Amino acid sequence: MMPTYVVRDSMTMLRRNLRHLSRYPSLAVMLIAIPVVFLLLFVYVFGGTLGAGLPVHGGGTRADYLTYLVPGIWIMTVSSVANGTAVAVAIDQTGGMFARFRTMDISRVSVLAGHVLGAVIRTVLALAVMIVVAVLLGFRSDAGLPGWLGAAGLVLLLAFSFTWLTVAMGLAAGSIETASNTPLVLMVLPIVSSGFVPTEQMPVGLRQFAEHQPFTPIIETLRSLTSGAPVASEGWFAVGWCVVIGAVGYLWSRRQLGRVPTR
Amino acid sequence: MTTSNRAAPKTPPVSAPGTAIAVVGLRKSFGDHHVLGGVDLTVPVGTVYALLGPNGAGKTTMVNILSTLLTADAGEVRVAGHDVRRAPGQVRSAIGVTGQFSAIDMFLTGRENLRLMADLSHLDRRGAARDVAALLERFDLVEAADRRALTWSGGMRRRLDLAMTLITRPRVIFLDEPTTGLDPRSRREVWDVVREQVADGVTVLLTTQYLEEADALADRVGVLDAGTLAAEGTPGELKALVPGDGTNLDDVFLALTGHAASAVDPADPTGAVAPADGIAPTDLTEKETTAR
Repeated sequence: MMPTYVVRDSMTMLRRNLRHLSRYPSLAVMLIAIPVVFLLLFVYVFGGTLGAGLPVHGGGTRADYLTYLVPGIWIMTVSSVANGTAVAVAIDQTGGMFARFRTMDISRVSVLAGHVLGAVIRTVLALAVMIVVAVLLGFRSDAGLPGWLGAAGLVLLLAFSFTWLTVAMGLAAGSIETASNTPLVLMVLPIVSSGFVPTEQMPVGLRQFAEHQPFTPIIETLRSLTSGAPVASEGWFAVGWCVVIGAVGYLWSRRQLGRVPTR
Repeated sequence: MTTSNRAAPKTPPVSAPGTAIAVVGLRKSFGDHHVLGGVDLTVPVGTVYALLGPNGAGKTTMVNILSTLLTADAGEVRVAGHDVRRAPGQVRSAIGVTGQFSAIDMFLTGRENLRLMADLSHLDRRGAARDVAALLERFDLVEAADRRALTWSGGMRRRLDLAMTLITRPRVIFLDEPTTGLDPRSRREVWDVVREQVADGVTVLLTTQYLEEADALADRVGVLDAGTLAAEGTPGELKALVPGDGTNLDDVFLALTGHAASAVDPADPTGAVAPADGIAPTDLTEKETTAR
């Protein structure tokens, strides 16, 4: 396999993936709608009460809660798009397209490249929508350009690692239903983190879990970056978790794609 | 007369010129289920070889190993002159595979599906467009070409699958039960395509549970029974094995293996699942339930 063909085949696969997106925008719209609904629900239904419980001087307001919640919702958006990746991969796996590709002289990287690159592009689009929605609801940021660039870098890294994880989930699922259910853990975990309420108010066992699970340092780092606050040691944990999750997902995906002799 | 099993191996050296597929001592197990128990076969260039057998005989596993999807536990397999284990890339660039279930992209149109295959086999743009148009014409898919495959009938999807295999211009084609579940007219069309390919010097290995299909198409037939070749020869040779006249391949199967071949109600091809990657093997006793 010539290296030039790896790039060419990967671009062919990406074109296919983006064509799916343009053919079936309804799926993408639904995946973005989920975090939008969460945002509206938590800000307008629970936001007044939850804002009063925030550890700011004299109790916070609904607007304070919006500011608190938005980074967690952005991370949830990454999870939601990744969920769609698992489904798309499972369709190719159960429908025989991967088997067909594997009988062709295409590098294994290229076979998955369309899904991975397409997922990162979809994540960027979804986050752009979510930023606009947050601003429309009243979200404002004191962060400067370095903070936002850092936030963009972290979110892209997370998107990349979640994509590999959900590619593996999609390959391992065996059915499209399973593939759409397994990644739900990525939607639920942000709720049991510092994303929706501060962990200090949780009961002991849950609090320990919430403080040490990957979403908390990732969300805290994003919160600091987008509010102009300095990033403490949680920044390293955030990057570390992303790298670990991505590496596990990549290796699991390679294994799942089939034990064909390596080229 | 070549009707033996492994007791009398007659396989020529696997690198012999003019040999498209050479298999020696092929074994494959899934866990403690032995799917292939030492298969030898040779297919000369430009001929059709039919693997005939009921569900669970190991046909799909054979095709998966020959097409580099699975690795064998033991044995040597060369396709188009290359070892499937050591040079899978070269094997893949020479083969085309159409499986039992249509492997097409439902979200793309027929034309886009063909174009995808053309791009992945690195055909130049003008050549690809011409080949896509010719294949749509050949398979009577012009009218539906720009509709998504999701809206197509099963027969149309199967024809598209075959066209996607042919657009890569393979020298060796594997067809795993290519006509299972097709109506008689579509089946004839598939047969015509196989004959055209062979006339162009392409080698075809197909699996089938339809006895008349092997009879109609194959230069040689291997009767696969529980993972071993129970018999092999031309359709005529196999018929001659069975005492009496008016014999057909079904009787051959009965005479050679002690049980009938037909395992599946042709009206219900969905039951036709041979052991594949990690899937539990089908019940082997099933094939004994039907006799003619």
